[in-house]
Amino acid sequence: MTRRLPKKDVVIIGLGWTGSIMANELTDEGLDVVAIERGPWRAAPTDFPPTYIQDELRYRIRHELFLRPEQTTFTFRNKMDQTALPIRSWGAFMPPNGVGGGGVHWNAETWRFLPSDFVLKTHLTERYGAAFLPEGMTIQDWGITYDELEPHYDRFEYLCGTSGTAGNLRGKIQDGGNPFEGARSRPYPTPAQPQPFSYTLFAKAARDLGYKPFPQPSGNLSQAYTNPLGVRMGPCTYCGFCEWFGCANYSKASPQTTILPVLIRKPNFSFRDNSEVLQINTDASGKRATGVTFIDTSGEEWEQPADLVILSAFTVFNVQLLLLSKIGKPYDPVSNTGVIGRNYTHQTISSVNGFFDKSKFNFNPFIASGSIGMCIDEFNGDNFDHGPHGFVGGGYMGQVQTNGRPIQTSPVPPGTPAWGAKWKEAVRDNYLSNVVPGTGVHGSFYSYRDIYLDLDPTYKDRFGRPLMRITMDFHENEIKQNAFLTDKFAEIITAMGAKQIAKHPRTAPYDITQYQTTHVCGGAIMGNDRPTSAVNRYLQHWDVPNLFVLGASAYPQNAGYNPTNTLCALAYWSADAIRNQYLKNPGPLVDA
Amino acid sequence: MQFRRRDLLAGTALLAFSGLPSRATLISGQIPWEPDAGNPPPRVTPDGWHFFTATEASAVEAIADRIIPPDPETPGGKDAGCAVFVDRQLAGPYGRNEGLYNSPPFQKGTKQQGPQSDKGPAQIYREGLAALDRYCRATYAGRPFNELSDADKDTVLTALDTGKATLVGADGAAFFKQMVTDVQTGFFADPIYGGNRDMVAWKMIGYPGARYNYLDWVNRHNERYPLPPVGMTGRAEWTPKNG
Amino acid sequence: MHNRITASIGLVAAGTLLALAAAPTFGATSTDGQEFSQIERGRYLARAADCTACHTTPGAAQPFAGGRPIETPFGDITTPNITPDLETGIGAWTDDEFDNAMRNGIRPNGSRLYPAMPYNSYTKMSRSDVMAIRAYLNTVAPVQNHVVANTLPFPFNIRLVMRVWNALYFNPGEFKPDASKSAEWNRGAYLVDGPAHCTLCHTPKSALGGDKTDQYLRGSNLQGWFAPDITNDDRSGLGRWSIEDITAYLRTGHNRTTAATGPMAEEIAHSSSQMTDGDLTAIATYLKSLPGRQDNPPPIPANDPAMVAGQAIYRDQCSACHALDGRGIPQLFPSLADSAMVRSSDPTSLIRILLRGAQSLATSAEPTSPGMPSYNWQLDDAQAAAVLTYIRNAWTPAAPPVTPHDVGRVRSDRETRAN
Repeated sequence: MTRRLPKKDVVIIGLGWTGSIMANELTDEGLDVVAIERGPWRAAPTDFPPTYIQDELRYRIRHELFLRPEQTTFTFRNKMDQTALPIRSWGAFMPPNGVGGGGVHWNAETWRFLPSDFVLKTHLTERYGAAFLPEGMTIQDWGITYDELEPHYDRFEYLCGTSGTAGNLRGKIQDGGNPFEGARSRPYPTPAQPQPFSYTLFAKAARDLGYKPFPQPSGNLSQAYTNPLGVRMGPCTYCGFCEWFGCANYSKASPQTTILPVLIRKPNFSFRDNSEVLQINTDASGKRATGVTFIDTSGEEWEQPADLVILSAFTVFNVQLLLLSKIGKPYDPVSNTGVIGRNYTHQTISSVNGFFDKSKFNFNPFIASGSIGMCIDEFNGDNFDHGPHGFVGGGYMGQVQTNGRPIQTSPVPPGTPAWGAKWKEAVRDNYLSNVVPGTGVHGSFYSYRDIYLDLDPTYKDRFGRPLMRITMDFHENEIKQNAFLTDKFAEIITAMGAKQIAKHPRTAPYDITQYQTTHVCGGAIMGNDRPTSAVNRYLQHWDVPNLFVLGASAYPQNAGYNPTNTLCALAYWSADAIRNQYLKNPGPLVDA
Repeated sequence: MQFRRRDLLAGTALLAFSGLPSRATLISGQIPWEPDAGNPPPRVTPDGWHFFTATEASAVEAIADRIIPPDPETPGGKDAGCAVFVDRQLAGPYGRNEGLYNSPPFQKGTKQQGPQSDKGPAQIYREGLAALDRYCRATYAGRPFNELSDADKDTVLTALDTGKATLVGADGAAFFKQMVTDVQTGFFADPIYGGNRDMVAWKMIGYPGARYNYLDWVNRHNERYPLPPVGMTGRAEWTPKNG
Repeated sequence: MHNRITASIGLVAAGTLLALAAAPTFGATSTDGQEFSQIERGRYLARAADCTACHTTPGAAQPFAGGRPIETPFGDITTPNITPDLETGIGAWTDDEFDNAMRNGIRPNGSRLYPAMPYNSYTKMSRSDVMAIRAYLNTVAPVQNHVVANTLPFPFNIRLVMRVWNALYFNPGEFKPDASKSAEWNRGAYLVDGPAHCTLCHTPKSALGGDKTDQYLRGSNLQGWFAPDITNDDRSGLGRWSIEDITAYLRTGHNRTTAATGPMAEEIAHSSSQMTDGDLTAIATYLKSLPGRQDNPPPIPANDPAMVAGQAIYRDQCSACHALDGRGIPQLFPSLADSAMVRSSDPTSLIRILLRGAQSLATSAEPTSPGMPSYNWQLDDAQAAAVLTYIRNAWTPAAPPVTPHDVGRVRSDRETRAN
């Protein structure tokens, strides 16, 4: 039997970055807000302290902080004519779990998208003509502009204390920053992090080749910071245990270190942990959400009624809850109709490892932060003329190595055996003198008609609900893009003075066992047209106006940057629309 | 909509360590905290084999010493404790695929779809080691792997690695790759798990271990970091040398 | 509204000593207005006296209904219900009976209160202030809550014994201002010795639980914590805190060098964070006037085995937050180099925080409330003692070493205390 709880003004599904932002904004508006979080409460002193968080086996290899596939997973296939099989152990991306969500274990790279990224279809069509886009590519404009989002990027960066060097301040290009970025209204709240050796070496090589390197914008702070909410953070100590780990010393921006200490003190806010939302409930018309049903760890089912429902789970789970709740029309790639599950994307990642003379180079690779690094942006988005190259999209590239943890990061030069005395000797001789940029080439992933999400016909989760099915492969456009970028990157690594390099370009087919960031996007995308988007420009569901769907599920396609800054800016943008428009006159914010 | 109610506690317990499972709570007012909080890993103690039989252990120690052979400066896989590491991992959640998606049907898929086996690592080792033992005894006049010469050991392992040797009752190449991964993982993991004894692997490569503050070395470009490695349970210098 | 009123009280109270006796005026002329101002003054004084801390069960919906067990060296004492409930509270008490309990420790039936009720401090209060508290308590919701009586073992279960105790340790009588000192100093002395009852925790106690008056506010061990020296002692007291350091600490739980945790965090949350800036400055002024001991021991040499080991542990474990130079991050991570608590004569709190971890106080001014992890599993007695000895001697002034025995004592004490 489902027990009914007292009605709230707002129920929030998932207390990660976007859920925390929305909760803080709506409680400021005086609304009574409850958040329902599938995973546990977690914080540094009690759950990821500096006494034992620096454990590569437990957190990196065995994935302790993440959702367990046993709880739920996805099925995967490359092509529509294959049988999708379950992801039994995580690989290509890591679904988060617990309060703070991905904000606990991210690297904290805090990039903005380019102005042209938000009007991608229009921009590319105008510059190259519609025929330049490959067949089956389904990119579209977002329905908002960079200028509209800028104040919200600014809010998130000042919430986090982001460390960086501005490249474009109110339209004026700044030395040392990214000259390609959109205009920002203020400098970064804190200066860029100091860069260890290999990163400065990359910057010098890039500069010598004519590029304009700049420090990666970082949520690992260069100095102590107090944000506008009065929450304080400490300086990053370069421990090298950032992504996959929680930060033990309050120096990485996360909901726990920026918002939750204030939010949790508000009398009109509470949250339930270890409680999983099973579905969003709607009234008989299907046009109004009435709340959610969730189940707690004792197996009790509860109904939480609310006037406003905020869906702010991880990308794929946003889409799954919409499908399970029968909200919105499911996408059908054959008839090319429907929207829920449409335009699913990821990131096109590759790397080039460099091996250096150990008598001349000592990089101490373990001295790193999650978003340390020097990057160039010459080959991102449409920052260069794609005409001669026959592909669209691009990415930033840089020496962005996050760690020297030796189980994962003890590379050996090409040709070395995988075991035995020669392997041991090569590990010993190369550990301190190689660079492993990890996601060194961080490319866009545009959307296609045959890459999508739907419900699997066979495999079920522990409640008997169908798993989400991912149909995903690389198209030629992304493979060409990556080959071009990886070659450019290899030139810079070589120019650093490497005696040997190992190129690892991305190849098709897409492999679910190979980690390639957790930046999965789309499936419930935003836009200006009902037939091709799930939510409007304010992230309000077209069919159910008292439901807002936050997160990267709204991205019509993925740009060549890490997604968090943009999805948090969108959460502020959406909250602003709720506060200033929706609450005054609840109903659709866009007529269509 | 009705859902099957199963014991959800199992679904949210911590993956690697059998701490008390988390319970659903309504949280408000202040950040949750309690004294003595934390869930550190238990220390592996040298108290015999937890998973391997004596015969299996002899083979795994010998294999660990070929994957990571001893040299004059650094011990091999056996003396570094890699077999103990693998033993404790197989006896724990890892050996049973705990926390992974283990629901049927198990169907063969493409390489890109990832492993689709209903066998956990423990069973793969049990079957693989038995098959390897049969192979060695059949090939080398009744001698088990650990009694072979180093050259013969390497011949066997290379044959497994390259798929030239066929094991009966096990996928030799996959099994060997798993052993390479597990032994090398144990070599570089924190010594609390039984391998990397005395942090020998970290000393070999110059990795300072479970440290959390390199602020004084960020700007010391191209200079070797001066401090020795430290594990989760510390280093010898943590204990006062009285008397 | 409320903030404005308490602020005006502060202005008046800090402005003149006379305000201690006279009800502050708010420009109201009606009787209702005077009653209102008395109630608001009482509400403020009840906060300053932190009545709610002991007389409210944590997590209870209704304040002042009692029932909270208070740990004393002689056993737990359960606090009574002080809501105006006629049957189970104090609603039937006359004003004189209330005053007699507050300032003389005598109940209406003539029996004696245990000095866990700080009548030894409240005796310093003016009757006018006591009556204001009474007026305020009369306005809270009456709660029917019969509190089961105390459970002290023999001979403390005989309340007659308290007559003897009082003869030994109780000094009745209102606060007498010192005309040679400033009004601010006198206000501070009144608050410290009277309503704020700082001596209850911060003055060491005899075997019978009476104040060792010659060690006034020099720190005391109770409830598994050491309430530190709050005289102006340079090593273990407030000698290196400015007036602003003290007021920031009492108002927000944090200042440039330290963070409140444990019982003091509770006190700040319920009491001093809600006091006026004027009163906090007065308290700081008074405490800074109390001379320290200047009995600093010579530092332990850096090559001492405990110092060598302690430095290694500090470097590997503590420096990630408390920084390589020991100075932490202002308002976030305490500066061990500047910490008086680190150098306390009694290291109980220090050991306890290391072993069990701690969460610092969250206030609206300082919401972050950073926490310290538990090292109980990681460090053995010798290692814990070494790192604590190190942080007591790596910076000046030095403090005596912490022994493995000290650590063992707190570690075993830990087994018997939930928190």
